[in-house]
Amino acid sequence: MKTFHKLTILTFLAIGISAFTVISNFTSTDNGYKIGDVATDFKLKNIDDKWVSLADYKDAKGFIVVFTCNHCPFSVAYEDRLIALDKKYKSKGYPVIALNPNNPEKYPSDNFENMKIRAQEKGFTFPYLVDEGQKIFPQYGATKTPHVYILEKTTRGNIVKYIGTIDNNYQDADKADKHYVENAVDALLSGSKIPLSETKAIGCSIKV
Amino acid sequence: MKFVYYLFFTFCFWNCANKTKSSTPPIAEDTQELLEVNKSKIDAIKIYSFNQFKSLLEKENDTTYVINFWATWCKPCVEELPAFEKLHAEIGSKKMKVILVSLDFPSEVNKQLIPFIRERNLQPEVIVLNDPDTNSWIPKIDKKWTGAIPATLFYNNNKRAFYEESFDYKKLHSVLKNFEL
Repeated sequence: MKTFHKLTILTFLAIGISAFTVISNFTSTDNGYKIGDVATDFKLKNIDDKWVSLADYKDAKGFIVVFTCNHCPFSVAYEDRLIALDKKYKSKGYPVIALNPNNPEKYPSDNFENMKIRAQEKGFTFPYLVDEGQKIFPQYGATKTPHVYILEKTTRGNIVKYIGTIDNNYQDADKADKHYVENAVDALLSGSKIPLSETKAIGCSIKV
Repeated sequence: MKFVYYLFFTFCFWNCANKTKSSTPPIAEDTQELLEVNKSKIDAIKIYSFNQFKSLLEKENDTTYVINFWATWCKPCVEELPAFEKLHAEIGSKKMKVILVSLDFPSEVNKQLIPFIRERNLQPEVIVLNDPDTNSWIPKIDKKWTGAIPATLFYNNNKRAFYEESFDYKKLHSVLKNFEL
């Protein structure tokens, strides 16, 4: 009889936990940051095996945080533009910080070794971090790669100022005539209003 | 020495050419017809800009449209394709249409998409949507869509539903129940 009770309790526990998992799966992205929210810092492993936090960047005025990965063609299409953004804005106080949020078991091409290889091939000038345990991307509300969050450093913390895509042409950088991320960072640097603070783009959904 | 090589290659070439010729099995007339139908279907894959594609979202008739956004490189999209294939196979007399909207880059259509459709013998209609200014059209498909794929839109004259998530056959059916299908 006792075992029966134990079993019943265990069963209910299991149902409870799985129900919770389902719910959290559904809500994880809805609860992401909105413009004006304070973004969490993190301590994640970089491709040089060192740990990186936003707090390490004492002189930064803010950050171009981008969720990206190796396997997604949209991410690949934007690699050169991320390097260009980092080169242009790191010295002005807005470095690019790239995070790979994908589950390496589902996507072996997105594992740590392959991240190192890709960063080397492309000559990434910015940190390329592993979102170990996939804990950071749901807090930001990233749903896909690439997905950009521009943060401004303030006394209240790092405030989300822009969410979306890099520009308006994933196929051809030369044909893009709306440079959303550049416009947003330029506005932050000059203290003016960001022209467009949220944009949408097709991307590869982040796999839990 | 060169002459020996030459002879050797000529012989090989002649041999291979002969083999292909003789080993091609005769194609039955109906198979040939079927192949041609499939071929013309694939050759006819249309690449749409959003403006061209838009009319597919605004059909005013008694059909329910199931419009799935996918790409060959998108793993969860490919994983859910069997559910859409099954749905398509079972349409019968129901007034429903399944359309697979590929977001493969145009440069990949011949290299990736067409071979994929051929190998899989994919039956639902496939079209390619290529409009790089995504921010201008994603909200027109659904305001809530962040742009991640897979995503699926269901609509008819009375109802509309959009899901930025993966489907299996059972889940497709539970949504379509609301569309009385």
